[in-house]
This record gives sequence, C-alpha cells and structure tokens, in this order.
Amino acid sequence: MSHGKTPASAEPTAGGQGTTDLLVMRDICKSFSGVPVLKDVNFTLRRGEVHALVGGNGAGKSTLMKIFTGVYTKDSGTVCVDGQEVHFKSYDDASQAGVRMIFQELSLVPTLTIYENIFLNNESLKGLALDRKEMRQMAGELLKSLGLDISPRELVSSLPVGYQQMVEIAKALSMNAKILVLDEPTASLTDAEVGMLFATMERLKAKGVSMVYISHRMSEILQVTDTVSVLRNGQVVLTAPTDQLDIPAIVHAMLGGSAEKSFEWVPRIHPPSDQLMLNVQNLQLNSIVKDVTFQVRKGEILGIAGLMGSGRTEILKALFGMEKVKSGQISLDGQPVNFRNVQQAVRAGMALVPEDRRREGLVLGHTVKANTIVTVLDQLLGGWMISEKKSNQLVNDKVAELNVKTDGINKTISLLSGGNQQKVVIAKWLAANPKVLLLDEPTAGIDIEAKGEITAIIRDFADRGNSVVLVSSELVELMAVCDRVIVLHDGVVTQNLDRHNIESEEVLQNAIQG
Amino acid sequence: MQSKVKQRVPESVLRPSLGDQVRAWLAHNNIIVYVAFIAVFILFSILLGSNFTSVNNVLNIARQTAMISIMAVAMTFVIGSGQIDLSIGSIAALSSLVAALILRDTGNILLALACALVLGAGIGLVNGLLNTKAGIPSFLTTLGMMGVIRGFAMWITNTAAVPIQNSTFNTIFGIGNVGGLPVLLLWTVVFAVVGYLLLNRMRFGRHTLAVGGNESAARFSGINTQSIKIRVMMMSGLFAAIAGVMYAARMQSGRWTFGEGDELSVIAAVILGGTSMAGGNGTIIGAVVGSMLMGMINNGLVLGGLSVAQQTIIRGAIIILATAIANRSNAKRQAS
Ligand SMILES: Nc1ncnc2c1ncn2[C@@H]1O[C@H](COP(=O)(O)OP(=O)(O)OP(=O)(O)O)[C@@H](O)[C@H]1O
Ligand SMILES: [Mg+2]
Repeated sequence: MSHGKTPASAEPTAGGQGTTDLLVMRDICKSFSGVPVLKDVNFTLRRGEVHALVGGNGAGKSTLMKIFTGVYTKDSGTVCVDGQEVHFKSYDDASQAGVRMIFQELSLVPTLTIYENIFLNNESLKGLALDRKEMRQMAGELLKSLGLDISPRELVSSLPVGYQQMVEIAKALSMNAKILVLDEPTASLTDAEVGMLFATMERLKAKGVSMVYISHRMSEILQVTDTVSVLRNGQVVLTAPTDQLDIPAIVHAMLGGSAEKSFEWVPRIHPPSDQLMLNVQNLQLNSIVKDVTFQVRKGEILGIAGLMGSGRTEILKALFGMEKVKSGQISLDGQPVNFRNVQQAVRAGMALVPEDRRREGLVLGHTVKANTIVTVLDQLLGGWMISEKKSNQLVNDKVAELNVKTDGINKTISLLSGGNQQKVVIAKWLAANPKVLLLDEPTAGIDIEAKGEITAIIRDFADRGNSVVLVSSELVELMAVCDRVIVLHDGVVTQNLDRHNIESEEVLQNAIQG
Repeated sequence: MQSKVKQRVPESVLRPSLGDQVRAWLAHNNIIVYVAFIAVFILFSILLGSNFTSVNNVLNIARQTAMISIMAVAMTFVIGSGQIDLSIGSIAALSSLVAALILRDTGNILLALACALVLGAGIGLVNGLLNTKAGIPSFLTTLGMMGVIRGFAMWITNTAAVPIQNSTFNTIFGIGNVGGLPVLLLWTVVFAVVGYLLLNRMRFGRHTLAVGGNESAARFSGINTQSIKIRVMMMSGLFAAIAGVMYAARMQSGRWTFGEGDELSVIAAVILGGTSMAGGNGTIIGAVVGSMLMGMINNGLVLGGLSVAQQTIIRGAIIILATAIANRSNAKRQAS
C-alpha cells in the first residue's frame, strides 16, 4: 500500500551511489544475553536484485534480517534504505515503509482462517466494518497465483506445514513491497510449489522489487539469485555475483573449509538384508491414500516421493498409530500390527520425526534438555526418579553428536535458530533407539554440513540392522540417502525405483509428476 | 567421526559454569514471589510489631494457609497441564462431611479417610473424563461440578454441621503439634516435597508439563495426553479431599461451607508463585510461598484492625499488583 515517508528519489549518499544501493546495513552488532551473534556485519542490497544470504545454522541470518525488519533491535550499527537512515521499531513500521518478510518460523495465527491471516493488520474495510468478501476474494486470487488450490476460508491450524508456508508467502505478498525478505521460504515445499514461488519472484523482480533470499538449498541459490553473501561466525565473509560462484565455493565460504561429509550417495557398507522389517499391504486411509503397498527390509533406507498433499505424511502417521487404518495390513518384523495409539507404536520400536517442528516436534517454551529427554524418561530413571546426571549425559551426547549450536542445554528451545531446533527433534527420537525410524522432512531448515552429518547418522543407524522410511520434498536428499525410492501418485504407489536405477534428479522428478 | 564432531562443541556447552547455572536457574524461576514475601513480611513487622512477628502468630499463619498450600501443590499440575479446576473448594466441603459422618457412625479413622479421599479422586476422575472424552473444557466441567458438589454437601446433612468427637483424628489432621510445630505445617511440607519430586524428578511431572506446553507435540512424543490430563484432575480432587479432611479436623466438624472461594485463592497462589496461566511450566515452591504470602497478608490485615470491606479491597489490589510485577519480569526474561 503506502510506501511510507521514505522519499523514492533519495539524495545521493556519501558514496554517491544512492540509486543502486537500496538497503545498506553497516557495522551491525547484536548479542543475546552476552553471546555475540553478529559482529560488525555489513550487508548491501542493490536495487532490483535478488540477494542470497547463506550460512550455517545459527550463523545469524534470521537475526540480521529481523534487525532490518524491526523485529529485533540492534546493539549498534546503522541501517539505511534509499540512502536515509531508518529506525524501524516494529515489523509494522517496516511494513508501512514497504518492507515485507516471510518468516522462517511463520507468523500465522492457527485459530484464524487463511484469509484472516493474510490480511491480519491490513484488513479491508467498508466503512467501519470488515469487508470479508473482498478479503476472501483477494486471498483467493493470491493463492491461485501461487498455484494453490485451497479455500481461503480454511483454518490455518488444519493445514499441513507446506501449505502453511505457502500462506505465509501469500501474506507477505498481500501488501506491495519494495523490499521482500524471504527466510527459508521453501524448507517444506516440493518442487512444484518452489517453481510457483520462483515464477512469482520473477514477476516481482520485473516490477522492481528487491529481495533477500535465505535458503539452505544450494541449487535454489544458484537458480534464482544475482548475488550471494555468506555469513560465518557473525561476519560476512564473502559477497560475490552468483554467476561467479559454484556450490563448492559457497560451501567452502560457509564452513571455512570443505564439507566433512559430502551430500552424495555412496554405496552402503552393510547392504540391506533380505529379511523384511516392515510390510505394508493395500493400505487405505482416506480418499488420498487409497491402496498403498510397499516393503522395507532390515537395514534398508526407503524414500517416499510425491507431490505435496499426496499422502506421504499420512502414511507415516498411520505407521505410527496416529491415523486410522481403513483397510489393509501392516506387519512389523513378521508380526501383524495395528497400532491404535502412539504409545503402542513406540513400544513396538517405531519413531517418527514429524514434519512440523513447531507444532508437533517441540515444546517451544521448554529447554533443549526437556525436549530431548521427553521420549526416553524411562531409560533415565535412577530408582524412582529421573537421574539428572544421566539426563545431562544423554543430552550432552546428543547435542555433540548432532552438533546443535546452543549456549547450554538449559536454553529455551524457541531461542535456538530454526535449523538447530530441527536437530533436537531428530535427537529426541534417535535417543529412543527405535527399530524403525520414520522421517518426515527431517532436514527442513538444516544447513548443508549438518545434512551430511545427519545422512551419516541415518546410514549408521540402518547399518545396525534398523530400517528407515524417509519422506522428503528435496529430491537431492532422497537421492543422497535412500537405497530405494517409491513414488506416490493419486493414492497408489506408481514406481518402485532402486537407487542404482535412478540416473538423475529428472528421472525422479518425472516419476513424481506422473 | 565422533571425536571430530565433539571437538567443535565448546567446552562451555558440555559443562555449564556456575554462573551459567545460576543464570539458567534465574531464567527458569520467577523470583518475584520470594521477594514479595520478604518485603511484605518486613513491612508488617514494622507496622504491626510483635503482634505479627510472635512465634504464635507465625505458626497461626502456617495453620491457616495449610489447606490452600496443599491444594496449590495439585493446582500447579492442573495449570501446568493447561487445565483448570474450580471444583476443589466444593470437594473439600463434601469430603469434610463424608469424613465426619463416617467417624460419627463407625469411629473408624482409616475408613473415614479412605472414603473421603476416594470420593475426591473420583470426582477428579469424572472431571477428567468429561474434559478428555466428552471434550468439554475443564473450566466448564469444573465450574459445573463446583455447584453440583457444593449442592450435595448441603444436601446430605440438610446443611447441618456434623461435629467430630474423635480426638485422635482431630489431632493427627488438624490441631496437633509435633515438636512444637503444628501438624498442619508438617503436612504442608510433606505434600510440597511429594509435589516437588513428582513435578521435577518423575516422569509424570515432565509429561504433565509437556502436555501443557504443546499438547500436539506431547502426543507426537508418545505421551498418552488424555491419561495425563485425567490423572492430573484426579490428583487435584484427591488433594482437595485431603484439604477437606484437614478443615474437618481443625474445626472438629464437617461443614458444607468449608472451602468456599478457595479455588480462587489457590489459583491466585499458583500464578503468583510463577506458574504461567498458559500451561507448560510450574513451580511447587513458588505456589506454596504464594499461598503463604496471601495467608500472611490476610493475617496482617486482620491484626491491623481493618474492616472486612477494607481487607477485601486491599487483598484484591495486592494480587493485581504482584501479578503485574511478576508479568513484567517475565516479559523481560523473554525479551533478553
Ligand atoms: N531471541 C533470542 N535469544 C537468544 N538467542 C537467540 C535469539 N535469537 C537467536 N538467537 C541465537 O542467535 C544465533 C543466530 O540465530 P539465527 O536464528 O539468526 O540463525 P540462522 O542463521 O537464521 O540459522 P538457521 O539457518 O538455523 O535458521 C543462534 O545461535 C541463536 O541461538
Ligand atoms: Mg534462521
């Protein structure tokens, strides 16, 4: 709507290039309770460009952008837009000045409908009354332009996380902006939605909108951005045009060395055995999952690929006793099972890393420690009580194993960066020592190095004779981790591909599109 | 691989320093209630002198607040699990009458105790089932139950009080002293310790807070959330019945009027203590200190010779003030 008070044609800045540099952040410092996160960060967004901001989990990307958009206050430094210093006191301030942000942790109110969320604090009015009809219609158009076929009247709480992410995107786009910050907008999206988002970004760019794009998916960075800035240890260590960079160069700058574990498929040390661990026959759950049959062998890592809403999550939930099975059989280790609740599934050795860490994975107000041990309290008993010593030991081990960046295991988990929160969700289920690990988008928001490490952990887990079922929207990940991939389409399994037979991402992509 | 990964984690993460531990403790504990407790104590000591600070008066405060403290221990679990229980005052009244009637007719202390406690837990069970199975919010189920049970308490003796002549019962649960300390104080300590261990060191407590903090995540973690919520309500009913037994023993009778308005005092004590109304956290020590703080204020106002009207106004104002301060320090903790 209004672009605020900032004059469009700013007088030339000291550098004399006021017209090309739209946003200049200079010497930004920020500490949280004494721990420095940003140290003299300099960041410049030029007019009309898409600027990638990359860095490991906890590097400070979200913090830097939240300082820009008025969510956090900086300790020192200056922020200039159009050559004029700005002091956004809140996101609302920034919004009024034409700055919008897609938040990594989503800014949606679950109890409101999609359209109410999209126009929250930006409602259309007819006199004093809300113009619901217009808001619904505009929301519908926005969703359609993003390729999303859902009613704007649906409650956000009823949406899977991928759709929530799309609504968050629509919300940011509902107001005309001159600067758009996208903080990991694609973490839970499949290629189809990512494609729609990129097309939208293309249109905005043509209209002159400048964008900051944060992502851990390197291929996206190369595809849509013009410039890359790399944040490491609280400082910008590299800024360069994207076309002069390749993935290894970016990763090198991010880590200050090369990735310890490359994110590529290597043959398994212990190939899967011939014994079946999980046998799913003619599983029917609802109108989405109609007739699904697949097997997982002991020691095998099976991937499930499919479009958003193809029922991947429902299948995992059914295996975990959370979804009612209409018909079909599931057997585990040769025994037919019919879990009626999660407790039964857990007792039988199942574990599920859910897709939505904020809603399903974590108690955000609790500490890293409380979140990690909640699945394994039985193992931590010393007599009647939970042993503090054993708990600390276990949590410290897991924090080290997964390299969780936190200043102590008693830190409230909502204060960790997104990727580090996700690592804790994985940790809490690894700690439970299951036989079958069901993973639903386990690496959403996790940086490339940690992805490699988690891949190694998953493989190691499978090498010990356990089985893994992995749902991922990121085809690179399925290709890197799985021994076999099944493809879901229209509620049935349409393809069953051995890893050797998948020559490239395109093969998988085509199989998914059907 | 292990050692290599471990190397990158700074030592400070693995072994928090004492300073870090203190800071973490402060961050997870609302200290305002302790500060307020001490401040009010000093204030009354100055204003009221030895009337207030005499050993006798202090022990009297302990006696008067025992029931509220004990119910507050259970209410910490209730609020921590994201629920509320308004029926506790009524349960206390009914349980005092049941105990009194059984003592009158049989003289059997164990039987009287057992019946009262089973009744309390049973009402809690019904509360829990109505909430989890019928999907009625605990606020409404227990609001309704508050009336139903109070009505029953009036009905069974036609509003008549039932005297208790059994002095063993009265001594153990109400008026006795052990080593110069009132039994009611000792019972408070016992239940506070049990509650503390249950909440902080046992599975049930951790699960309770997980359910209150994020019920969906708790379910995904394999916690039987319905069972937890029902058990918490049973615990609350049980503790209310215990409080009822203590009222009966202290007043040497069962009466339908016992515990009227206690639910609000108990909830106020818990929130004052630092437990969040939204669920997911809870502090037993805070709740007990909160209830003693309120008991102390009541006592001081009476000693100060204020009229009932004045007492009521000041009590209300102090609760608002204390919660406001607590909230501010809460918000500050979260922002930093
Ligand atoms: N409100 C806060 N209080 C305390 N610490 C915080 C807060 N917000 C962020 N941090 C810390 O600051 C660091 C940087 O966090 P930030 O969210 O900016 O990382 P990020 O680069 O966005 O990581 P990710 O890729 O995982 O999203 C983290 O170590 C995090 O724990
Ligand atoms: Mg982030």
